[in-house]
Amino acid sequence: MDQIETGSGSVLREYGSEQNLLSKPDGSATFLQGDTSVLAGVYGPAEVKVNKEIYDRATLEVVVQPKVGMSSVRERAREQCVRETCEAVLLSTLHPRSSLTLILQVVHDDGSLLSCCLNAACMALMDAGLPMGRLFCGVTCAIDSDSQIITDPTAQQERESRALMTFAIDSKERNVLMSSTKGSFSVKELQQCIALSQKASEKIFQFYRDSVKRRYSKIL
Amino acid sequence: MAAGFKTAEPLEYHRSFLKENCRPDGRELGEFRPTTLNIGSIGTADGSAMVKIGNTTVICGIKAELSAPPSDAPDKGYIVPNVDLPPLCSSRFRPGPPGEQAQAASQFIADVIDGSKIIKKEDLCIEKSKLCWVLYCDIMCLDYDGNVLDACIITLLAALKNTQIPKVTINKETDLAEVDIEHKRHLQINKHPVSSSFAVFDDTVLIVDPTAEEESLATSVITAVVDEDDQLCAFHKPGGSSLSAEKLQDCITRSVTRHREVGKLIDKVLESTKASK
Repeated sequence: MDQIETGSGSVLREYGSEQNLLSKPDGSATFLQGDTSVLAGVYGPAEVKVNKEIYDRATLEVVVQPKVGMSSVRERAREQCVRETCEAVLLSTLHPRSSLTLILQVVHDDGSLLSCCLNAACMALMDAGLPMGRLFCGVTCAIDSDSQIITDPTAQQERESRALMTFAIDSKERNVLMSSTKGSFSVKELQQCIALSQKASEKIFQFYRDSVKRRYSKIL
Repeated sequence: MAAGFKTAEPLEYHRSFLKENCRPDGRELGEFRPTTLNIGSIGTADGSAMVKIGNTTVICGIKAELSAPPSDAPDKGYIVPNVDLPPLCSSRFRPGPPGEQAQAASQFIADVIDGSKIIKKEDLCIEKSKLCWVLYCDIMCLDYDGNVLDACIITLLAALKNTQIPKVTINKETDLAEVDIEHKRHLQINKHPVSSSFAVFDDTVLIVDPTAEEESLATSVITAVVDEDDQLCAFHKPGGSSLSAEKLQDCITRSVTRHREVGKLIDKVLESTKASK
């Protein structure tokens, strides 16, 4: 498994993305982190049901579909995290009384699923051309039994860890937009993980910039 | 006149209070609402507790049942929390299947139970691969006035401390479980996680223990769960405006203080129930 050094202990698995691969959604993207792969599709701005409409902003709905089986309580918690992160960055007041639907299909889960969902979501929102105030990326950190911090853990590393944290980092000030944690850890460990996630996010934001540059340089 | 302003411009109304470093209900920015706790109110449950944080009322009932242990963990029992936000507690919840907020809250509580190791699951096992206890924790909100997650964690902890389960032995000859209702024991509670919720207004002001109106106007909501060793069991921030490092540290410091207060409250109530028996 190829791993890319991002300096001072922050290691990410090999990541990749493809945009605009589906014809029906307004925006689509896949994001791969090692073996974990998520496919995102965005529809919007579109017609909204009257009971869901908000008078001054767009209504965002997020659906996370697991690879096998029906969606359960775990997917709802993920949907809430992704939705509130997207609502914080999208300029939804530019599309009042409209709906934005983001569907995330888990293609393969080999750890760091929530961060892969966030990255796929951001790329799909960019592909759809929805106005955003800033970009975001997801980074997962795991603390193993020796108190070592591993960024972008695999499923095996997640199972063996005593704490697992996922952060969504924003592109403007590198602050934490979203935090979802499992397991117990000290305050110092939390701060170290946030610092590592912020470092790792630099690489991902550079990747977003490069992929958009590459895509639009062919058109211009 | 103030009521009209509050309905027409709720955000400006709240901002005018925050400028003076206070809130519409008269609290300081860092002040929690008065918390009251009642234990053992549900006679038919094995353990129960009800907590009121201001107007938010949440009740938890625990039922212990016997079951076969899960095949991937034959020496462990399991705890199944379920948070219910019925239409009774607020007009924002409609009748029907549980909404996203209730499900996300249930997942959050399940993660806190696993992460904080409040109960060692091995203690719930009666006989490996054959019989174990399952604790069904039903948490229901009766009155929703913001900060449900904090109330759920406090009521769950108090109910677990109140729970008594009978002794169970397996008869070697018949291979059936024999439940001895006369002899009951309390559960072994290892950690005492306490949660504190915060709301961020306009990306700048941090307030503690938001009411329902404050939650709906806030740009971000944060919940931190701390146990007695000052370890964090959860740091839940489901999106919203970005959080700087100082605010994060501020949240954690306040959570640690809150942990002391709630710990004392739970101990006091348990002492009084023991004394009354």
